[in-house]
Amino acid sequence: MATDLQTAHQIDDTGIDLDDQTLLEMYWQMVRARRLDERVWILHRQGKIAFHISGIGHEGVQVGAAYAMRRGHDYASLYYRDLAFSLSLGLTPLDFMLAVFGKAGEPTSGSRQMPSHWSSRKLGMLSSSSPVATQVPQAAGAALACKLRGDDRVVIVTLGEGSTSEGDFYEGLNWAGVHQLPLVCLVQNNIYAISVPVHLQMAVPNVADRAPMFGIAGAIVDGNDVLASYCVMREAVERARSGQGATLVEAKTYRPVPHSSDDDDRTYRSRDEVEEWKKRDAILRFQVYLRERGLLDDDAIAEIEERVRQEVDEAHAAAEAAPYPPPEDTLFPVFAPDDRV
Amino acid sequence: MADRPITIREALSAALREEMQRDERVFIMGEEVGVWGGTYAVTRGFLDEFGEKRVRDTPIAEMVIAGAAVGAAMAGLRPVAEIMTINFAFLALDAIVNHAAKVRYMFNGQFTVPLVIRTTTGGGKQLGATHSHAPEVIFAHFPGLYVAVPGTAYDAKGMLKASIRDDNPVLFVEHSTMLQRRSPVPDDPDFLLPIGKSDVKRRGDDVTIVTFGKGLEWSTAAAETLAQDGIEAEIIDLRWLRPLDLEPVFESFKKTNRCVVVEESLPMFNVGAEVAARLQDELFDYMDAPVKRVAAMDVPLPYAAEIERMALPSPEKIVKAVKEVVGG
Ligand SMILES: Cc1ncc(C[n+]2csc(CCOP(=O)(O)OP(=O)(O)O)c2C)c(N)n1
Ligand SMILES: [Mg+2]
Repeated sequence: MATDLQTAHQIDDTGIDLDDQTLLEMYWQMVRARRLDERVWILHRQGKIAFHISGIGHEGVQVGAAYAMRRGHDYASLYYRDLAFSLSLGLTPLDFMLAVFGKAGEPTSGSRQMPSHWSSRKLGMLSSSSPVATQVPQAAGAALACKLRGDDRVVIVTLGEGSTSEGDFYEGLNWAGVHQLPLVCLVQNNIYAISVPVHLQMAVPNVADRAPMFGIAGAIVDGNDVLASYCVMREAVERARSGQGATLVEAKTYRPVPHSSDDDDRTYRSRDEVEEWKKRDAILRFQVYLRERGLLDDDAIAEIEERVRQEVDEAHAAAEAAPYPPPEDTLFPVFAPDDRV
Repeated sequence: MADRPITIREALSAALREEMQRDERVFIMGEEVGVWGGTYAVTRGFLDEFGEKRVRDTPIAEMVIAGAAVGAAMAGLRPVAEIMTINFAFLALDAIVNHAAKVRYMFNGQFTVPLVIRTTTGGGKQLGATHSHAPEVIFAHFPGLYVAVPGTAYDAKGMLKASIRDDNPVLFVEHSTMLQRRSPVPDDPDFLLPIGKSDVKRRGDDVTIVTFGKGLEWSTAAAETLAQDGIEAEIIDLRWLRPLDLEPVFESFKKTNRCVVVEESLPMFNVGAEVAARLQDELFDYMDAPVKRVAAMDVPLPYAAEIERMALPSPEKIVKAVKEVVGG
């Protein structure tokens, strides 16, 4: 399934077992994440929020990956770009809006952690903090726990290609190899780490080329193709669940927006390059595919957009109106109570 | 040569540029130091000026940045490595405290490690607990490593230049919210400040405030408020946590007999604990009140603006502590 990324505009649905309703739901998830994300950029420009780190451009691989899991059963240890992934696991636009506004009632951290640092026990999302790649050893540990406990859970951990330069990535995957762990490590390669291009991170052409050194399986997929991503991830998840060990999946994608609200990407890449990638946008490509399958037309697209706009509007309004965390929240107990000792 | 008012950012840039021009062995490496010009734009323009050989964007790998700096220093170069925030220096702790700090001693002085690791510190920018702490004290715990904590542009320039020329490893800690602060700084390319010398930043007879980094700003604001109530604070800026120069503190304390230590560190095992212990050791008979500490609250620094503010020191908290030690 070699995909020439330079010409890829199509969707590869080889081996897809999803029904029409699920396909449409996946499209809706992608659009919903995109519109929510765009709204948050606007809020930042308006000076209403402190910071935003965006998932725009990565929706294809993320929704594909989420739908390849047993959602709510498997664990996900995600990184800051995974808005579409998180929404697909059950986080709501309101949850995310509460986080970006830093308001009371924010469910992942009580607004004590930055937005986009996903964590939900209920949704099976392990906590992820800011130092990149630290989630890889933790995910290996969670996978070890699943294996020791003998349950059939799989752990999916995500990170960017730049973050694979950290020792944590190597050490974590080496563990996964040695202990034959039910782990899928998904690297979202958008060819930049802030301003630094991928060739300054590694001297091999693909992140997945490193899989053999860990003794685990490796796969490369077009991350802007939601169905191809789903397929590759499903295979990796099945491999993990059936006791055959870990997989390193590399999804080739692109971030058509600045790294974060603190970045100006015009300093390190051309507008032509960005425009070229936008033509291969995951949502556009999926939309074309769904039209061709007769599942979407102009009316249906407009209806989805309208439904999403309403949900984003409501989340935005509710979060903006919500109170700030009360002062006593600073004193949230750092230690667990010792009443069980 | 006349002193010009410049920002801390400009002072750091000037120090780096001058030392790179002066000594070919000096080179810069770190994440985003090249094309992007540094996380806080301190090395903007350096890639064009000095080329890729001496300004290197590295992979995202703090342990390698610090470890490679140790190796390059042992092999005769003078690396200036950048770690985006001191909170990520934890990923490189072994290279910094187990190696940079110990190599000279452990191997009988055969190798010195003339490196500088520049990093930023501090909260107040809503970046959460894994970006925003000010854990400089941890690094000052270890003999063999100098820890610089400048609070003005003047100090930043003179201290960074001295750090680069020194044969010892220096962790050079810049406060991320203070880079735009301005003060007059000499243009002289040989302007150096001595390593390990603290500085009296304000004169006063009623209380000694010992501080560094961002604490200088909070303490100065507090001193102005206190002056309105007739309390004159003397502010000692440590500038270095190691070597730690407490002589001016002792001198001041003999006069004021009262001391408040202000820092952004967490409240346990911090500079305040050290200063209080040393004061009772050396000047017990001069003590008229317990030494008070103003520090961050004992929690991981929270994200939401209001509760982050609560968790950090402030001029109000300093005023309150000073009033407690001066009584009345
Ligand atoms: C340990 C650590 N070092 C540095 C950073 C600063 N930082 C945040 S994101 C980032 C770039 C990561 O790039 P990549 O892994 O490619 O992910 P992308 O943002 O492109 O999705 C860097 C250097 C960090 N958060 N943690
Ligand atoms: Mg990247």
